[in-house]
Parts: sequence; structure tokens; C-alpha cells
Amino acid sequence: MCLAVPGRVLDIEERDGTRMATVDFGGVVKEVCLEYLPDLQVGEYAIVHVGFALQRLDEESARQTLELFAELGLLQEEFGDPWEVAAAEAAGSEPVEEVRNQ
Amino acid sequence: MKYIDEFQDPELARRLLDDIHATVTRPWALMEVCGGQTHSIIRHGIDQLLPEQVELIHGPGCPVCVTPLEVIDKALEIASRPEVIFCSFGDMLRVPGTGRDLFQVRGEGGDVRVVYSPLDALRIAQQNPDREVVFFGIGFETTAPPNAMTVHQARKLGIPNFSMLVSHVRVPPAIEAIMSSPSCRVQGFLAAGHVCSVMGMGEYPELAERFRVPIVVTGFEPLDILEGVRRTVRQLERGEHTVDNAYARAVRAEGNPAARAMLEDVFEVTDRAWRGIGVIPQSGWRLAPKYRAYDAEHRFSVDGIRTQEPAECRSGEVLQGLLKPHECEAFGTLCTPRTPLGATMVSSEGACAAYYLYRRLDMPATKAQEATPVV
Repeated sequence: MCLAVPGRVLDIEERDGTRMATVDFGGVVKEVCLEYLPDLQVGEYAIVHVGFALQRLDEESARQTLELFAELGLLQEEFGDPWEVAAAEAAGSEPVEEVRNQ
Repeated sequence: MKYIDEFQDPELARRLLDDIHATVTRPWALMEVCGGQTHSIIRHGIDQLLPEQVELIHGPGCPVCVTPLEVIDKALEIASRPEVIFCSFGDMLRVPGTGRDLFQVRGEGGDVRVVYSPLDALRIAQQNPDREVVFFGIGFETTAPPNAMTVHQARKLGIPNFSMLVSHVRVPPAIEAIMSSPSCRVQGFLAAGHVCSVMGMGEYPELAERFRVPIVVTGFEPLDILEGVRRTVRQLERGEHTVDNAYARAVRAEGNPAARAMLEDVFEVTDRAWRGIGVIPQSGWRLAPKYRAYDAEHRFSVDGIRTQEPAECRSGEVLQGLLKPHECEAFGTLCTPRTPLGATMVSSEGACAAYYLYRRLDMPATKAQEATPVV
């Protein structure tokens, strides 16, 4: 729930008067709101939680964390198919550890 | 996984552990107040790598686990209505309400959708003007700003068919409640890193001083947790009780001022019930009066729903650090992730689920047998 994943800003645009970015999380690309970090630039890293950039992060820390998350299957937990996970839990099996771009 | 060579930097992990072992001279009880940290501690066997004198108590840091049963029941009631598209984060799907969960509501024909971000729910409302779109707004101070921004946007863009079922909780009042309890054994806190990345550290010095406990802001990765423990234990051994930041790469003293300003605008502080614990004064947020039109509780008249929590689930004691998950009679037998009695077994951040997933081999043989899920 409070998992926040480091991501790299690919591009930035205004949408509905809101500063939005396309952010890459080790291969998974998501739309992210930059309203709380308005001076974040393309190429920079930030900690992202539920689609919002909350704090800047240096590149090395971000890379290390992403590697670890990928290894642990945490990216699947954050970006995988939640219905699949819930169904697997309800059936009593472990969710698959594979990241897909939705 | 309790082999140090499986850590990302085994050499650094070894050095941190050696330092902790060399520093400790007597027993200390530390509490982590974040479900992500609990999960990481159990998954990596960090508690088993620490000296025997250092006990980690798992606090009420999983927002899914502390969401009261009656709030889940309100969500189920709203999600069952034909005019509603109910949007939620994925980790709320299998949290048991009275007799069912959101996953089952969807199976019964309810339009329940999982979103990655609350803004996705707002987009769904824009795309479906003839439906009522409700977002389930739970979480600590990390999740509250994204939800606050979403309500703010709904008002700014004039989206009338969007509302939010809000059950946000705040960490500092929970620390205060835990420390004020006569049965409290906690001597030091690992504060939740991402909560502090939003809120900063300003709320903690007063608590550290009043209760004479060190509070160390800590990250989530195994090395972060070891460093948080190391700094907390050092303070305890020296008789100090200050606020320290062991997660400086993501936490600044002032937090994120823009996010804090939005919280002030959209929410107001209120008393909040925590599942298994009861009401903690001033421990939550609700929508401020000017945003009340976006409050799903009022819009769908579910304010009156009151639910008693089941007596056989002892998650309240687990959430307060008074009971370890495997000490509960129902653990692994009546209560498993497949048939959870309470939210601590269903959420991936709940202490019971973490013990079940990573500690089955450490449990007595008969229990371990019963606890192995049928795949």
C-alpha cells in the first residue's frame, strides 16, 4: 500500500491544467502526476506512489531499488493484474511473479 | 530467506549486523510502524539475523489492516448498487467485510474496478457521466495526498458523478496511543520512510521527548531496515531519544510542502476507528466541509452502518504488538490467506500474512501441515 517505486521521467505535458508525466519503472510505463514535484525534469528520477511523484531520488539509489524490486516480484504486486492476484489468493496459490505492462 | 549472502550488498549487511551485535548489551523492543517494513523484515528474516536481545514488534502500519470492518461494509454496500462503478486499489479486494469482500461483489455482478491511481477513477467518472463513480480512499499520509489531489481536481473540473469513501489514518497519533497504553513494551520506533517523505519529521520530536523514545525514519529495503535498527539501538544504549533520519535519500526534514498544503485544504483531522484497536483521537482525516459534496458516505447514506468485529480474530492485539501472529489460536488453521478472519491475514503487508507466507517451515509440524494451502 505504501510501496513507492522509483521511476524515470520520459516526458512531461499539461493535461486538464495538471502537470503529468510518462514515467518508466524498469520497463513498465505509467502516467504520473507531477503536481507535488512541479520542477521535476525529463530524465530525473522520483519516488512514485499510486500515480503521484512524491520525492526526488538520485539515479543510483533509484536503479538499485528497481533492481531489488524486480528481483523480489514487488513490481508485479504494484503493476500486475490485481484480479489475477486476488483470484490466485482466493484459490490458495501464490501469484505469478512476472511483470506485464497493462 | 535469512542468508546474509542473499542481500543486495552482503558485505554492507554484515557490517551493519556486526555493529548491532557489538553495540547491544541488554534487551530492547523496537516497533516498525509500516506494513511494507513488516513484510520486508519477515521476508528477509531480518528479525532472525538480529541479536536475540533486539525484538522487533510489528505495529499497526498496514492501512488495509486497520481499515474498520464497518468501513469495508460501507464499501460493499455502495459497490453493490447498480448505478455505481466502485474503484479501489487492488489490495482492498479480498479484505473481508461481514460475510463477503469486493472480489465477491464483483462476482455477483457489481461493477468493481481496480485502479493504479485515484486519478484513473476520476477519468472513469468523466468517461461515464451517467454512472456514479466512487473511489475507496484509504491509506496513511503517503496515500492521502494523491487522494486529496483527486478530490480537488473533481471540484475544479466540476465532475459531479465522482465521490470518495474516505478512511485515512495518521501515524503520529497511533504512536501516541501505543506509547500511552499501560501494556506498552516499545522502547524505540522505526518511523515509516514514505510517510515522512510527504510529512517531513516535524511531528516526531515532541513524541520522542514526551515518551523518551528514539524515533528513526527508516526505508523499506533490507539494508535500510538494518541501518534503522542500528541507529535506534545505538541511541537506546546511550540513553538518547532523538529523531534521526536513516532514509535521507528520500526524506527531507520539511517533507513535501505542496502535498502537505493540499492535505490541509482538502481534509480535516478527525477521530478515527482502527480495526482491532478502536477509536484513536485525532488519528484520521475526513473531507473538509467545502469538499463534503464529494463524500460518498453522505451521498449514498451509509453513515449509519455499524458493524461489530468478530471475536475470534485477534488482529487488534497483533496490530498493537501484544501478540505475535503465530501465537493466535486461529493462525494457519481457521485463518489463512485463503480464508482470512481479519485483514492482517489478507493484506500482503499484514503481519499475519507475512508470517504465514515466510514462516510456515518454522511452525510446529502439525500446524505447518494444516497451514499448507491446497493448490
